[in-house]
Amino acid sequence: MTATAEPLFQGADWDFLTLQRIHDACEGIARSELGLDVYPNQIEVITAEQMLDAYSSVGMPLFYKHWSFGKHFAFHEASYRKGLMGLAYEIVINSSPCISYLMEENTATMQALVIAHAAFGHNHFFKNNYLFKQWTDANGILDYLEFAKTYVAQCEERQGRLAVEQTLDAAHALMSHGIDRYPGKKKLDLGAEEKRAGRRRLHEEAAFNDLWRTVPTGPAKSDAMLNVERRRKLLGLPQENLLYFLEKTAPRLQPWQRELLRIVRHIAQYFYPQSQTKVMNEGTATYVHYRIMKRLHEQGRISDGNFLEFLQSHTNVVFQPDFDDPRFSGFNPYALGFAMMQDIERIVSNPDDEDREWFPEIAGNGDVMGVLRNIWANYRDESFIGQYLSPRLMRHFRMFHLHDDPEERAGVKVDAIHDERGYRRVRRELAKQYDVGFIDANIEVVDVDLAGDRRLMLRHAVVKGAQLNEADARRVLQHLADLWSYDVSLVEVDAADKVLKEYVANPRAIAAAA
Amino acid sequence: MIMHIIDRRLNPGSKSLENRQRFLRRAKALVRGAVKKSSQDRDIKDVLEGGEVSIPLDGMNEPRFRREGGTRDMVLPGNKKFVEGDILPRSGEKGGGKPRDPGEGDSEDAFRFVLSRDEFVDLFLDDLELPDLAKRKLAEAESEGIQRAGYATSGSPANISISRTASRALARRVALRRPRLAAIEKLEAELAECDETRRAELIAELEALKAKARRIPYIDPIDIRYRRFETVPKPVAQAVMFCLMDVSGSMSEHMKDLAKRFYMLLYVFLKRRYRHVEIVFIRHTDRAEEVDEETFFHGPASGGTLVSSALQAMHDIVRSRFRPADWNIYAAQASDGDNSISDGEVAGRLLTDMILPVSQFFAYLEVGEAGGYTFDMPDSALWTLYERLRTGGAPLSMRKVSERSEIFPVFHDLFHRRGKQEKTAP
Repeated sequence: MTATAEPLFQGADWDFLTLQRIHDACEGIARSELGLDVYPNQIEVITAEQMLDAYSSVGMPLFYKHWSFGKHFAFHEASYRKGLMGLAYEIVINSSPCISYLMEENTATMQALVIAHAAFGHNHFFKNNYLFKQWTDANGILDYLEFAKTYVAQCEERQGRLAVEQTLDAAHALMSHGIDRYPGKKKLDLGAEEKRAGRRRLHEEAAFNDLWRTVPTGPAKSDAMLNVERRRKLLGLPQENLLYFLEKTAPRLQPWQRELLRIVRHIAQYFYPQSQTKVMNEGTATYVHYRIMKRLHEQGRISDGNFLEFLQSHTNVVFQPDFDDPRFSGFNPYALGFAMMQDIERIVSNPDDEDREWFPEIAGNGDVMGVLRNIWANYRDESFIGQYLSPRLMRHFRMFHLHDDPEERAGVKVDAIHDERGYRRVRRELAKQYDVGFIDANIEVVDVDLAGDRRLMLRHAVVKGAQLNEADARRVLQHLADLWSYDVSLVEVDAADKVLKEYVANPRAIAAAA
Repeated sequence: MIMHIIDRRLNPGSKSLENRQRFLRRAKALVRGAVKKSSQDRDIKDVLEGGEVSIPLDGMNEPRFRREGGTRDMVLPGNKKFVEGDILPRSGEKGGGKPRDPGEGDSEDAFRFVLSRDEFVDLFLDDLELPDLAKRKLAEAESEGIQRAGYATSGSPANISISRTASRALARRVALRRPRLAAIEKLEAELAECDETRRAELIAELEALKAKARRIPYIDPIDIRYRRFETVPKPVAQAVMFCLMDVSGSMSEHMKDLAKRFYMLLYVFLKRRYRHVEIVFIRHTDRAEEVDEETFFHGPASGGTLVSSALQAMHDIVRSRFRPADWNIYAAQASDGDNSISDGEVAGRLLTDMILPVSQFFAYLEVGEAGGYTFDMPDSALWTLYERLRTGGAPLSMRKVSERSEIFPVFHDLFHRRGKQEKTAP
């Protein structure tokens, strides 16, 4: 490709041929220079109103009907009309083909930016990151949503809108606790099981030692304890996926209610990787669009004026306000992600001594895209920041760590800053902010009183003294009790097993009748 | 790699309309309250333009398990002067209080959103109705409602009955022995692998079949049938509302304003809810005249007071245009309550003898000066008269209004849906 190639477009206007040209140009660069591996693209042009529609159904092109989406729509619409909120330039869906929604009012430059960003950056990330590979099925999601939508509609027809709505309300309340965090154990087929048993026998024979017989065992377990153990094993307890537990074991749910819980659970699971990879996902997409746009400009396929327009949008996107700025609302994932990707590019291609000390495995390695692709495939936000946030970047963002202990009367302590003593602590704490294990409350089903009143017992392991918001916890437990249809109790215990608070909820009559 | 571009802009919009309706249905009680509250301090005309309302989020919340308090660690950008070990006083709190995370808490507890004009007015008038709407009559001119009435040989293309057309076409094809496609294909297949002698024979046969197929069309215009619809007259409850307004000299600007607001509401309510309601505007000083709505709401007039003139005018109109046997007759009267003493007798007689017997409902609104009625003021002449009639069992409702903000509650009070009565369709 020569530097005198024809520009892809002139001015701000575009048509579908322009989009096609932009896509093809981006694709050339993405494949040959960046080595990206993407799902086929599908680009859909939509209006602002349709964008608002998409917002309220969590960005998905089709979704079942529920009042809460209407509420979100009303909310977004009100703030959009008042000008409090701009709309996103695009929405991209992790599916195959990868669907990118482009707003019709974007200029040609913006469309180029958005295509590079979504159709190649996000797309590559969706296809290659291990979390998405493990938890989502890009080929099946649209079909599944279609199924969910039809199923919910059919349920409403048969069971009545109110009953369906109540079940969905309850399921939505538990959505954040309807996720499998660990891949389930695969059921072995009979052949494999037999092989395993054989191997085990062989091992036992090989490692036989008569002395083991003489080793004293602990006191025999009482019958009661064995019973408890057996019951817990039977119910798969402890279980942190509350929706899964209810779906499989709630005694009085109708089959259609179980299916609804399953739908909500599947959708929560589908979004689970996205919440863990915000920084990486946006960082990747922003880095990719920056590389592609820069290259297009170098090749003369984007004029200087349009490139300036791009730079302005790009700078807005990656702007990080300071903590004392009124615009500050936490780290901007675009800014942090993009800065880290660029920093890695620098470390790989042009490291200094500090980088060699901190990142010996990649510093000066020379293969920028190889290193980045590897990172994009194998990390999530927490591990990515924990491993690749460099001291230089901490200095650049002037990061500091605050430790806020309510017991400490004097105030909030500055625990670490961007200096030699603080780098590792700041990095560790920042990584922890992105750790899903810390983001959601750790609540598990621990037991069910099968012999007695069938009470479902939950346990919240309190971390760092952060207890549940009482009003909300009661409401959620009410929903939970309605689904379980017997009493539900929740205890909050701290690390020393001290009970901090106890909740009990009784099912409402309506749910019991359903 | 193939890339698809799809233009979705022409797709039917408002995909979340249904979600929105569900949300409104769920929040109905709250939204209705908010609509009424927000309509109190607005002009009636503005009210009908729809607008923003704000509702408390109670019952609309989506609870989640979320945590608060405890020890918190955070990493922030933009350090300017802090060094390790600094203690920063908590701002805005007396030491030891729990710091509030900006992202947490019930930040959404009042929820603002925009209602469209229709949504707003529907909610605004939601639980109102004309009381005792009973007399139903088959209106001759008005025919509404359509129903299926068999099939026709002509009609609009949108009404083509495909199944009927197809079955007729099939019957015709069978009757005329139109060669089937399968038969032709079979011959063609045979033709492909036959010897020369059979060939000519086959070609001839094939040609004949094809010619016949061409002669007998697959679908002929005579097959086409259209679904036929008939309009059927439906019985409608005819009603007429008389708006009687006192515009005499004793009515101050404020009082007229109140009365006009009341009628404006009434007008909107009737226009929107009842398609078959006639509205008759009568304004009176010491003479009464029937006027059009423009004059009624905007025309200036002044003079003495003779209530009976209005009642007489109403009576005359009823007699000439609205047969009480066919029409539900309603009246709403607004006045400051003054009447000349000599007129009381006449007015009372007109009401009891002529008007109330034929009326379903008679609402009387007494408007007062701002600052309100004091309880020690004696009841006005009209109030006393109507009070007497009401205790006599006449279908009469009366209210006093002296402030703008009272208009809606009073209106609502007069026309809200009464539980004991059977709901009648407009």
